[in-house]
Amino acid sequence: MTARFELDQVHCRYGERTAFETRHLSIAAGELTAIVGPNGAGKSTLVKTLAGLITPVHGEIRLDGVALHRFADRERARRIAYLPADSRLAWPLIAVRVVELGRYPFLKPLHGFTDEDGEYLDDAIQRAGATGLTARRFDELSSGEKARILLARALATNAGTLLLDEPGAALDPRHQLAVMKVLQEEARRGVCTVFAGHSLELVSRFADRVLVMDQGRIVADGPPREALSPPILSDVFGLDAPEGITPPDWAMG
Amino acid sequence: MKDIRLILILSGVCGLAGLAGLLVDGFPVAALRAGDETAWLLLTELRLPRIALGFLVGAALGLSGAALQGYFRNPLADPGVIGVSASAGLGAVAALYFGLASLSALILPVTAIAGAALGGTALLLIAGRGATATSLILSGVAVGALANALVALAMNFSPNPWALSEIAYWLMGSLRNSSWTEVRIALPLVAAGAAILLTTARDLHSLTIGEDGARALGVNLRGLQIRLIAGTALAVGAAVAVAGAIGFVGLVVPHLIRPRVQHEPSRLLLPSALGGGALLMTADAATRLVSGDGVPLYLGVMTAILGVPFFFHLIRQTGRLAP
Repeated sequence: MTARFELDQVHCRYGERTAFETRHLSIAAGELTAIVGPNGAGKSTLVKTLAGLITPVHGEIRLDGVALHRFADRERARRIAYLPADSRLAWPLIAVRVVELGRYPFLKPLHGFTDEDGEYLDDAIQRAGATGLTARRFDELSSGEKARILLARALATNAGTLLLDEPGAALDPRHQLAVMKVLQEEARRGVCTVFAGHSLELVSRFADRVLVMDQGRIVADGPPREALSPPILSDVFGLDAPEGITPPDWAMG
Repeated sequence: MKDIRLILILSGVCGLAGLAGLLVDGFPVAALRAGDETAWLLLTELRLPRIALGFLVGAALGLSGAALQGYFRNPLADPGVIGVSASAGLGAVAALYFGLASLSALILPVTAIAGAALGGTALLLIAGRGATATSLILSGVAVGALANALVALAMNFSPNPWALSEIAYWLMGSLRNSSWTEVRIALPLVAAGAAILLTTARDLHSLTIGEDGARALGVNLRGLQIRLIAGTALAVGAAVAVAGAIGFVGLVVPHLIRPRVQHEPSRLLLPSALGGGALLMTADAATRLVSGDGVPLYLGVMTAILGVPFFFHLIRQTGRLAP
């Protein structure tokens, strides 16, 4: 399996506080990688670092073997789709305008969307389960519907890498499950899919690989059963779970 | 072009406002028909440049307001907020204070734009790299406060009552004494500023999903800030130089037009320029209509008196403000 991301001696700081550091980390394409950890563990920092939004104080991040900072902004935006944790919109746009943002990295100056863009948009809307929502105003959608529109926006870029910061936050179990299924599908299509999340049950059920973070460091790394072992659950999360996490078997009705 | 209808309607409104500016305050139509030379001069050398200048100033303020509101993701942003208007005012007041303005018609605009550019640059330096909207807005308040304090200082130490009254009247904002000279100075500068601001449309649209989201879409925030400040400094600096301090246009015009473009910041820019032009021409015609003999009502005073209550009403009506 080819490595999409390779991080060497990366160290990210907010002021004096170390937000994230690692000696070496590589993330493969075609895998669904989950980042878990308590609040403030550095999950968002890792996702943003991968997205090229945070420049580490030292160390190197390579995307497909090329240093991430060497990509022009637009080129990076074509290769990496990033879904921020904040799902608020500054203006109450029509939902389809939000999805269209996913094609902005491909727009030529003074040109509108091409037929190709339109196909990617339709496809993304369908895959995210956002069909029928696109003509409505974003602020009038429910949280679950907003999440689908924002997910469709990320999918519309059709990037080889999909980074999501808490994509299931504030969603009910059914919508969380729907989001996870979309992410799993993306990973199966060969997309390098990385998400930060809090639901250990869903992570243990869907993720191929789990990175457990604590105080800016990756303290466990591996398949869900290995990474989310009872000692880790106890040390990192303060959870007493002698049997580990049991993946739920419920499905969408 | 999605908004062709809206743009045509606003252009029509501009035409009507211009016509009102022509005809208001007793325009001698009959004398003009009879071929009277004075009437012809009144039309071509007084009325027309005043209308053209009103449009330019209004368009500069409306467009800058729309772009700034898009960038700050806040409907309360306008050239006044980031201190560009006040800095331009300081530049112009400096020219008036030192008596440079009387040397050449070019001095005042040049110092006003220099002031606006200086204010914008100071803003970038204070706000620093990777400035968020909040830090930029706070820096803008600081820059504006400093510029206003220095204007007050200039008035405090004014060498003679004549200079003091000149500064005071100029600060009230007016299109009186407009000639083609002012239009020739303002037109290229406002046009250049507008051209720069119009390039920000897509980046402003991307910013709807937040700064991180926009950067991930390939928006270079630093480049966007530079274009925003350069465009605003050119357009607003030129507008302030020829018309003085005229508030509220950049605040309310985008607010009125926003629902008609489905709240899209990119589609708001051009209609806001046209709307600003129409509003300022109308306001100028209105000041002349209500002005008595010998006591001219100043345009900046008029827009503030009419605009501020209207704006309060808008805030109450919409009931929500972006974070």
